[in-house]
Amino acid sequence: MTSPDPRLAPPVVLDRVSVAIGGRPILRDVDLTVRPGEVVTLLGPNGSGKSTLVRAVTGLLPHTRGDVRLFGTPIEDFTDWRRLGFVPQRSTASGGVPATVREVVASGRVGRRRLLRPSGPADRRAVEAALDVVGLADRASYGVSQLSGGQQQRVLIARALAGEPDLLVLDEPTAGVDLPHQQALADALGRLKASGATIVLVAHEIGPMMPLIDRTVVMRDGRVAYDGPPLTQEVASHTHHHDDHDVPTRHDHAPHVASPFDWERRSSQ
Amino acid sequence: MSFIDLFSLGFMQRALIAALLTGLAAPAIGTFIVQRRLALLGDGIGHVAVTGVALGLLTGTSPTWTAVVVAVLGAVLMELIRERGHTNGDVALALLFYGGLAGGVLITGIAGQGAATLQAYLFGSLNSISSADVWSTAVLAVVVLTVALGLSPQLFAVASDPDFARVAGLRVRGYNLLIAVLAAVSITVAMRTVGLLLVSALMVVPVATSQQVARSFRTTLLGAMLVGCAASVGGLFLSAWLSFRVSVAPGPTIVLLALAMFTATWPLGVWLRRRSRLMAPFPEVNATPHRSTDDHPHDHGQDCGHPAVPHGDHVDYVHDGHRHAVHGEHYDEH
Repeated sequence: MTSPDPRLAPPVVLDRVSVAIGGRPILRDVDLTVRPGEVVTLLGPNGSGKSTLVRAVTGLLPHTRGDVRLFGTPIEDFTDWRRLGFVPQRSTASGGVPATVREVVASGRVGRRRLLRPSGPADRRAVEAALDVVGLADRASYGVSQLSGGQQQRVLIARALAGEPDLLVLDEPTAGVDLPHQQALADALGRLKASGATIVLVAHEIGPMMPLIDRTVVMRDGRVAYDGPPLTQEVASHTHHHDDHDVPTRHDHAPHVASPFDWERRSSQ
Repeated sequence: MSFIDLFSLGFMQRALIAALLTGLAAPAIGTFIVQRRLALLGDGIGHVAVTGVALGLLTGTSPTWTAVVVAVLGAVLMELIRERGHTNGDVALALLFYGGLAGGVLITGIAGQGAATLQAYLFGSLNSISSADVWSTAVLAVVVLTVALGLSPQLFAVASDPDFARVAGLRVRGYNLLIAVLAAVSITVAMRTVGLLLVSALMVVPVATSQQVARSFRTTLLGAMLVGCAASVGGLFLSAWLSFRVSVAPGPTIVLLALAMFTATWPLGVWLRRRSRLMAPFPEVNATPHRSTDDHPHDHGQDCGHPAVPHGDHVDYVHDGHRHAVHGEHYDEH
């Protein structure tokens, strides 16, 4: 199923994809094609499977049925991960050791760097360009933990941009970000869109992103409920007001040392 | 015999080399462990290595190499449990802690050795190091340093955000296992100097000291190696000097010296953090009502002693709960 020119292949194709977590099917029969240069938002209530879909697309979760293809290649055989940029959900940019904004952004180059080689001029140029796009060039030598939540979120976007991806996948980049910072985020994504990148964006609130969006996909209970021209969050949420999955997750206090039945497909690599 | 004469002795020179290498290697890998918020991982591996030492005593092979093997196995097991389990792995860590220590003491007894033999490994005994020990320490330390510094971009990415690193195409499990194995190796390197029960201190305390003043990962890493070196070599000198009067073991001296260095830098870190919070620019928010001070006898300026915090295109002088910005002849409340 590989198309002749991988440059023109759709960045993301999901064909009747199901994803199960701990044996429970979360996504069922999802079909989705993202075309080159498109900006697609994924909307839907909590527990509707947006993040699961993103994790299946980025290879973080194995799919149980169907085909996931990235740039025309089945995800099992996909090796060109440098073409994919990922902004994870609500991860704090700071770890247990201080790091500067530039260091975190530069870690976005790991996919392109050779082992045991120092960073080259191309790496430094990409890092500076990514900092410019998100408007944090003047904060490059600040410690990440000194920044506000919205600025940290932009650091994570810059980290993904530093890898110069053709496809950018963002999982709720606007969560907990105030309006001025959302505008700064939207500006950054606008510049990226203008350069021809494909963007898949999970969002709770769209706000200033609205003008960028080409297409909206609404998820509901693990299925695609709507796929078409852009909707605002208000319209999208009219069909369902409540969380679909409010089953409390079981957590007992016995030490669960292993869960052999969940052995993931990718873990055999 | 004077203090200087002590260093003409062979065992003291060997101890010095071992201390130097340990002080470099342990904090280097420790920085990545602290980055992953697994500061106690080293302690767990150290406990497991006790069983390795005991196996060496039982079988009559070199305890250093049996300890390396068992510590590496324990570290890999801990890493897999942490990865597969749905807790942070602290319970799993505790299980291995106690299993390792109990197994070690039990097997040492079976081997017909007393607590005194084990003590040399639990708390270090620099002065019983042979040339072969120095060589194995040197080889292991060079391996740890080469891998930890050479792969630092990859290890940093994996330690700070595993999901991102995996999508970037890195084999996250492989790198996590590498960190665990390097930790196990550096623990057995440090075994002869500070001992298995204190080994985690050399991995964590220099990092904690260094990050009091450092703002970047790079300076934290290099600073931690510097602090580790200073603590282990300094601790060795200190214990040698004190040993003329009282019996002082090098291991505890090294650890206490490292802690003293942390205690010394802590107030500095508190002051630096407070200053950086104080001097963080104020956000620019429009449409706040214009209000000026009534009467302001004090002239704000560069050296007036009040923090001048950037706020948009000007600075606000902060004092007594006010933010005063110069506006013509008077000050505005911002």
